[in-house]
Amino acid sequence: MAATVGRICGAGLFKSNSLATVNQISSYSTTREWTRGRKAFLGSLGLLAGGAGALMYTLDQSVKATDLELHPPKNMWSHNGLFSSLDHASVRRGYEVYKQVCAACHSLRFIAFRNLVGVSHTEEEAKAEAEDQMIEDGPDDQGNMFKRPGKLSDYFPSPYPNEEAARAANNGAYPPDLSYITSARHGGEDYIFALLTGYCDPPAGLVLREGQYFNPYFPGGAISMAQALYNEAMEYTDGTPPTASQLAKDVSTFLKWTAEPEHDDRKRMLIKGIAIFTFLIATSYYVKKLKFASLKTRKIEFRPKNN
Amino acid sequence: MGISATIYNTIFKRTSTMALAVIGSAFFFERTFDLGTDYFFDRHNEGKLWKHIKGRYQ
Ligand code: HEC
Repeated sequence: MAATVGRICGAGLFKSNSLATVNQISSYSTTREWTRGRKAFLGSLGLLAGGAGALMYTLDQSVKATDLELHPPKNMWSHNGLFSSLDHASVRRGYEVYKQVCAACHSLRFIAFRNLVGVSHTEEEAKAEAEDQMIEDGPDDQGNMFKRPGKLSDYFPSPYPNEEAARAANNGAYPPDLSYITSARHGGEDYIFALLTGYCDPPAGLVLREGQYFNPYFPGGAISMAQALYNEAMEYTDGTPPTASQLAKDVSTFLKWTAEPEHDDRKRMLIKGIAIFTFLIATSYYVKKLKFASLKTRKIEFRPKNN
Repeated sequence: MGISATIYNTIFKRTSTMALAVIGSAFFFERTFDLGTDYFFDRHNEGKLWKHIKGRYQ
């Protein structure tokens, strides 16, 4: 085995075989006929253009220092690792936070109750969650819409019938649908967490309009959503102390799941992919070396017929 | 007769046995491969997956 590996790697891996190619390329190059002056001229022209580009880029970047947006700090989410899954107990608590706090204003249109099964709830629990909600259905045989208790296949009901109604109830600001919000904002779940816990007094001189609040993480600073999470704002069914940061962390994890429901499977597949492709690449490398060994080591001899 | 010659004569020589060997080994390979990688994923995420916490709610 060791001899085989040695034979495959020993000669090939550390030797540069490409010298011949480099020589060939240089003898076909057209710049060889250029005069010294022309080479120097074109060389400095290139340097100048590159330098000017770099200068313009840095100047442009420094101008952008005027924006007053605070970037969210990176948190140590338990799902941060390459192979790390979501914390499903946290997803479950986050669902409770969404249901009891955020659902008053934000829809979650692309998540159905059946999606909770096997993620944060058992089938019976998800059914009970659905039945708690009244879903608009219809039309019936009189042509009227009616309300009925939800079923597993129903999507989460929205707090407002349409965007205009939502704006009218929130000082003209539209509370966005939260299904894909962690993918739709820079910083993802870090941003959601920072936004929910980052409310503070506005700096002197900043005027907020009626119904606006100051949040340094929101672009522009003036957000039309009041602080939603406070210590003890609600109770967790599993008895976790409901501090504001715990609520924010759990609802951010929940929203990470709603935006990327395939998150765990993706990471499981990554492990499988790495394992199988390591094996396949090693095998193909070995077979390639094996098959080419006889081709690369043969000699072609010319024997003139001397008669 | 060496071991490789035995394997050649019993399995690789005929297409029928070869095909059977390929299908059979694919089945067992995939089973063990999935078991192994899933085991790693589950241990790596001990206590976080639904299957680890669902006992509390049933
Ligand atoms: C009182 C109603 C209300 C509640 C309750 C509420 N929000 Fe909002 N939310 C709003 C409004 C209104 C906006 C739009 C703000 C704006 O555009 O200025 C908003 C905006 C947002 C945004 C988008 C910010 C951005 O970058 O555009 C996120 C994320 C958000 N809310 C998350 C939440 C979460 C999570 C909860 C639950 C903990 C929650 N909200 C509870 C009214 C609410």
